[in-house]
Amino acid sequence: MQLSVLLVVLALLSVTGYYLGRSTAVRAVDGRVVRLHSVPSYHGMYVALWAGLPALLLFVLWGASENWLVMQMALAGLPPELTSVNEQALNLLKADILNLAHGVTTGRDSHAAVKAAAARYVELHSLSRWMLLAIGAAMAMGGLLFARARIEANHRARNKVERVLNLFLVGCSLVAILTTIGIVLSLLFEAMRFFAVYPPLDFLFGLHWSPQTAMRADQVGSSGSFGAIPLFAGTLLITVISMAVAVPVGLMSAIFMSEYASPNIRTALKPILEVLAGIPTVVYGFFAALTMAPFIRGVGQSIGLDVASESALGAGIVMGVMIIPFVSSLSDDVINAVPQSLRDGSYGLGATKSETIRQVVLPAALPGIVAAIMLAVSRAIGETMIVVMAAGLSANLTANPLEAVTTVTTQIATLLVGDQEFDSPKTLSAFGLGLVLFLVTLSLNMIALKVVQKYREKYD
Amino acid sequence: MSVQTETLTDRTAAMTQAAMTQTAARADTAAIKMLARNVKVYYGPKQALKGINLDILENRVLALIGPSGCGKSTFLRCLNRMNDTIENCRVDGTLQLDGEDIYGRMIDTVQLRARVGMVFQKPNPFPKSIYDNIAYGPRIHGMATHRDEMDEVVQKSLERAGLWNEVKDRLKEPGTGLSGGQQQRLCIARAIAVSPEVILMDEPCSALDPIATAHIEELIDELRENFTIVIVTHNMQQAARVSQKTAFFHLGDMVECDDTEEIFTNPRDERTQGYITGRYG
Ligand SMILES: Nc1ncnc2c1ncn2[C@@H]1O[C@H](COP(=O)(O)OP(=O)(O)OP(=O)(O)O)[C@@H](O)[C@H]1O
Ligand SMILES: [Mg+2]
Repeated sequence: MQLSVLLVVLALLSVTGYYLGRSTAVRAVDGRVVRLHSVPSYHGMYVALWAGLPALLLFVLWGASENWLVMQMALAGLPPELTSVNEQALNLLKADILNLAHGVTTGRDSHAAVKAAAARYVELHSLSRWMLLAIGAAMAMGGLLFARARIEANHRARNKVERVLNLFLVGCSLVAILTTIGIVLSLLFEAMRFFAVYPPLDFLFGLHWSPQTAMRADQVGSSGSFGAIPLFAGTLLITVISMAVAVPVGLMSAIFMSEYASPNIRTALKPILEVLAGIPTVVYGFFAALTMAPFIRGVGQSIGLDVASESALGAGIVMGVMIIPFVSSLSDDVINAVPQSLRDGSYGLGATKSETIRQVVLPAALPGIVAAIMLAVSRAIGETMIVVMAAGLSANLTANPLEAVTTVTTQIATLLVGDQEFDSPKTLSAFGLGLVLFLVTLSLNMIALKVVQKYREKYD
Repeated sequence: MSVQTETLTDRTAAMTQAAMTQTAARADTAAIKMLARNVKVYYGPKQALKGINLDILENRVLALIGPSGCGKSTFLRCLNRMNDTIENCRVDGTLQLDGEDIYGRMIDTVQLRARVGMVFQKPNPFPKSIYDNIAYGPRIHGMATHRDEMDEVVQKSLERAGLWNEVKDRLKEPGTGLSGGQQQRLCIARAIAVSPEVILMDEPCSALDPIATAHIEELIDELRENFTIVIVTHNMQQAARVSQKTAFFHLGDMVECDDTEEIFTNPRDERTQGYITGRYG
């Protein structure tokens, strides 16, 4: 409750500070605003920031440490024989205090001293809130008055406000960067643990994948074999098939929509294509498993081919369909961005529409199209659900699209699904796969960027 | 208001008629290459040309002058049907090339544009090498079968546009890497590479320095022997230097068209006089 009060107070003080700062600045130069170093609104923002920011920082820090501090103080009041126990018992004790403090019945009869500690916890907690409210309000008030006192004609309010905004922007981008670094690091450490028990070269170049390990010593069964080549091959196969579907179809439909379709058709077609992008991948998955796979099997049998009921072809085709809107909508945008003057130039020389598209529009749009395709490849490599449902889980090393294959992401999913111990090579191998996957998609994106840059330099 | 416009248009039409009779009387024996009768152009509901009558004589340079927005580019784009690429643009009236209606049913815009080439107001080189920029047109029209022939066409076109010496060592580099003025000359070279019969130039020298401009003007004079040229320009001296005929456009009307000398020394309409003496525009 008090927290929201504090926030409201802070907001009010900031707004007041803004108007106060502005009017103070105007008054400081007797209304001749041009003599101010910064325009009045910057002075306003300067005061508002001083009023709001320090108190907000205090608020955050206080909130982060409050519970811990209050708990320590509550524990300090307990008789020593209760607190001088091992860590687990101490945690239990803390949980008891918290439960009592929040009025949750534990079902256990608690020691009177613990009850007293809980009561103290509640009391200290509310005291802390009141203190926070008082100190926060005082800080905001003080900040406001301090900042306002510094306003004069030459005060460099703009520079200061902009430095704060700059820091804020840096902070926002740091969030994204730090998250990425965190993910990569955890991936890296887990993968290291895997490579400590399994040689990396065997992992990268082994031809046999069967992650089942014996649970007990007396169990029959393998010791687990983690040669990832069949997975890479399967991923490659499915990606190639899906690209063979998505790139031509997507590109052609983009060309049709941007160059040939009348505005009416275009406005009707585009949303329909985008519906394709909105279908959940699970739905594509069962479409692949229940419709596409039997269809391919039937066709295969009728021409005398032996088709597995779960085939790379079926999964690849459906994945391709899923990626079509991705390719088409991105390519459509780049094709539309090709300046009309280039088309006019070509028409003016007596070129036909198709000549113009093939020889002028597409080359000009190429960097964007390449980038779109690279992104689509990343998508195909990362896609899991369709493969789980339609291409099977058996790690065959084959280039035959009619057989069942499995992919890196599918294996990661199956390795980690269900109850697993997190230190067996079986589960750890998932992190090894994840690392490889990450490196591959990263380099694909880098290549895409390089390609785009190269052509930009040439054609802009 | 509308009545006023009406009478204005009538008056203009009458004057144009008079000008044309005079032109005929002055006995320029050149054949009529293209002709426009009562050409009206609309962009959506907005009328940009209000009934243009104009003869374009073979092997002559016709200059179109007039204040910005008066419809010079629009008229030029009618002559090779480039207006077709503009979605809401509608063209009315008669336009002929060698006596054939270019908006007729039997006309293929592709063939028409091969015969009536165009250089645009803004240089628009293709994202290809300098060589391929020039070779593009001849290639799509199957005009050069051998590599040697193509090389010759490219060299010749670049030479005529006065660009050869600057680019002969970098034909493989992208045309978009040239300077603005070089790009414009590249576009001119590209247009003459397909040897059209009529060349439409929309302010071809607006991005050029005086030397390059002089070069292009020479080129235009030279091209006149084989081609018919229509050039839009804002530069009165240029119009006076390169053209034999000049047409003055104003607010969607063709006010007068006559021998260039006549227009610049003895304009019939006071709007023309006002424009060429720099009173407005
Ligand atoms: N694509 C278009 N859509 C709508 N109106 C247009 C379009 N192109 C030109 N216009 C209008 O038609 C009129 C004539 O334009 P045009 O480009 O022919 O002028 P211009 O004489 O070439 O001018 P400038 O000397 O500035 O190039 C102008 O009023 C312009 O606003
Ligand atoms: Mg123009």
